Amino acid sequence: MSSTGRKWKALIVDDEELARKLLREMLSGHDEIEVVGECANGMEAVKAAAEHKPDLLFLDVQMPKLTGFDVLELIDRGRVAVIFVTAYDQYAMKAFDVHAVDYLLKPFSRERFEAALDRAKAQGPKKAVDAAELAAAARPAGQFAERIVVKDGTKVTLIPVAKLDYAEALDDYVSLVSDGKKHLKPQTISGLEMALDPDLFVRIHRSYLVNLERVSRIEPYGKDSKVAILQNGAKLPVSRTGYTRLKKLLDEKS
Amino acid sequence: MATKRFTPAQHLAFWAGWTVFGLVLAALLNSSSGMPVRHALLFGMVLSGIAQMNAWSAVFSCRTAPLESTPAWRLLATHLTAAVLLTFFWVKIGSIVAHQMATLPSWQDTYPQYSDRAGLLYGAGIFYYVLSVAVNYALIAQKQSKQAQERVLESTMRAREAELAALKAQINPHFLYNSLNSISALTSIDPARARDMCVSLADFLRLTLGMGEKSVIPLREELGLLEKYCAIERVRFGDRLTLKEDVTDETKDCLVPPLLLQPLFENAVVHGIAQMPEGGWICLQAARQGDRLSLVVENSWDPEAGSSRKNGVGLKNVQRRLEARYGYDAQLQANAEENVFRVKLQFPAETEKRK
Repeated sequence: MSSTGRKWKALIVDDEELARKLLREMLSGHDEIEVVGECANGMEAVKAAAEHKPDLLFLDVQMPKLTGFDVLELIDRGRVAVIFVTAYDQYAMKAFDVHAVDYLLKPFSRERFEAALDRAKAQGPKKAVDAAELAAAARPAGQFAERIVVKDGTKVTLIPVAKLDYAEALDDYVSLVSDGKKHLKPQTISGLEMALDPDLFVRIHRSYLVNLERVSRIEPYGKDSKVAILQNGAKLPVSRTGYTRLKKLLDEKS
Repeated sequence: MATKRFTPAQHLAFWAGWTVFGLVLAALLNSSSGMPVRHALLFGMVLSGIAQMNAWSAVFSCRTAPLESTPAWRLLATHLTAAVLLTFFWVKIGSIVAHQMATLPSWQDTYPQYSDRAGLLYGAGIFYYVLSVAVNYALIAQKQSKQAQERVLESTMRAREAELAALKAQINPHFLYNSLNSISALTSIDPARARDMCVSLADFLRLTLGMGEKSVIPLREELGLLEKYCAIERVRFGDRLTLKEDVTDETKDCLVPPLLLQPLFENAVVHGIAQMPEGGWICLQAARQGDRLSLVVENSWDPEAGSSRKNGVGLKNVQRRLEARYGYDAQLQANAEENVFRVKLQFPAETEKRK
């Protein structure tokens, strides 16, 4: 891209001002890179990414409200190369290594910074990395997502998992139903299932994942299929394997 | 068969018992009643084999009447009844066998010879049963002492692990690396501040490491450590971090376990301040009420931020330290109100005795 003469647009996201200044300073020697913005939190980052369409994103992992992983899930990653920046998180580091994501460990040397920058520029955006998968890999075993982030247009919504009634697969999206509202998110239902606690959410059907606590009863439907009736009255189809899973979980609970 | 229920020691006792007791019985039968040696040996072994069932019964009667928890009279009654009954049946079975053997040619005399020794056999049977009981109790005691040793070893190891975890928790790597990154940034932006922060960090580490060795310190010293800690965090968070303090002078001489409040401040920063884009505050209150010291750490908190790590570790650590020193005399309360997280500690107020 630099061969065409156009500058690389970089966005710096970190909640600590000094950490942002440090990155800006290290980038100042690079004429081919233009810093288009600095963001102090994830919400700002999502907005700035939509506005500036950066080529390069320096992303802190631990930030208030939205983590670096959340930001990665919410931005359009068509062309952006991401370099994560983190102080210390053994699980995140393992996830980065497994998914071959570039990252910098605070504090970092100029050499290390240049190496990461060169690699990011040479490789460009990595489409292969699924943000949700990366976030799941960065969680310690036995820990699950506590909330789901979704973007409706430009508005970012956080749905606590306890408030999610059910999810339905719709082609490349999942529809998340919570508090009587539907939110669409570009994700596979299996990906969502992996992020959630299997003791609370059950895949009752190829296309449906339900919050166990919302199921009020199960009724037969037709010859050998069943339907789950939720507290809010919604009816969801239950497949045969889904019924086995559901019954097993309910038996364990009682 | 019984392979799972019996230990190798019990198996050994079983086979050795059979052989030795068989020989004793053979000698008994042969010596006084003139039973031929060959007959006595064979018959002795058969009788001894049957006697092993009695020995086996001893295993169970020992299990149902554990030595340490059964009253003496019950022990005596249980085993005496068992000994008499079992031996009676044993001798009777022996006589049936002898009767059957007497039908064989050249064994005709077996029955009268056997009956002749029945009295002695009663004695031998009771003795053998009592011996089995003794051996079993010895084996059980040995096993128990081995288990007790293992338990002691395990609890020592647990205590060590807890100590190590507490030491590690005192210095959070995340805090350390972030501080070093701030210094790295300051070296070119503001070298003087970078040096100040190096000094603050060194002071903090020195105090932390030094305090770990003492069992109590005056609250004054803990406050000094908190000051260093907050100075470092304020460099990182800038005006996102506000501190309030309400500490009465009389509390500053009170003795507290070292590093009691620092983990609470760290929790307040990690789970409170760091989760709020606009920042927040931490408030420390210390007051003496009669002979009790009350310490309260409050911080602003966003219940919807859903801090990714459960903040139980630091709190549990503090609670354990309090319990270790004051037992039931110390209280820790943690509660989250709408936007405030509060931890309240109460324990006996002690001051250094001046001579």
